[in-house]
Amino acid sequence: MKKALALVAFFVIFSFLLLGVVQMRPFGEPENEDMDDYFLGDSQKRHEVNNVVTAVLFDYRGLDTLGEATILFAAVSGVLTVLRRFKDKEEGEK
Amino acid sequence: MKWEMSRVVKTVTDILVAPIIIFGIYLILHGHLTPGGGFQGGAVIASSTALLIIAYGTLGKHKKDLSSIEAVGLTLFILIAFLGIGSTVFYNYITGTGFPFGGSLPYHGPNPGYINTGGTITFMNLMVGIEVAAALSLILWMMSKRGGVMEPKGSSSKKAEGKD
Repeated sequence: MKKALALVAFFVIFSFLLLGVVQMRPFGEPENEDMDDYFLGDSQKRHEVNNVVTAVLFDYRGLDTLGEATILFAAVSGVLTVLRRFKDKEEGEK
Repeated sequence: MKWEMSRVVKTVTDILVAPIIIFGIYLILHGHLTPGGGFQGGAVIASSTALLIIAYGTLGKHKKDLSSIEAVGLTLFILIAFLGIGSTVFYNYITGTGFPFGGSLPYHGPNPGYINTGGTITFMNLMVGIEVAAALSLILWMMSKRGGVMEPKGSSSKKAEGKD
């Protein structure tokens, strides 16, 4: 019973993935090119940046990068919280 | 707890740490010119920390320093972003002015590789690099300190804590 359920789930997910692959557009022909052209032109013209990827990362999509940095900050906070030592146990921070 | 590798490892670490850190700084500072950037350069700098931890077993008493550096990096990133609030947040207000990294490209086309460009993007790369380097170093150090990797053989963690 469990095996049959797993098999059914596998085939359903696999068929969905296969459908996605079949319907995929050919490489290098995106549906909408307006934003791509805007990024490629504007990043050099207005921002004077050669690396368009960095321009997108830190300027056009800057809020995403801010969220990424915040996630890292939260991760460090979590690690420090879980792995801390309590004061009465430690003798001399080592 | 005290944990040191052999003299060979320590010597190689002494030789390699400085080039690794310099390469990380290079990646961060050239983030607006070449592949790479703040996250990648910070990770490279943190790898040098991993090398130091493996070879010497300790970083000294720098946990609070690393924590503050990380917080300062993130705060300055947000500050630089919000300084452009006259137009929008994350507006590139430095480019085109005479400020450092505010130079302009003479032509548009292939990458001439001028480091004096980018405006706020370069500064944000710097801040993210500082933050990521400090954060990953802190994570590595805390995990190496508490985990069993660095424990000497034949002694439980309780004993090792008591010995310190």
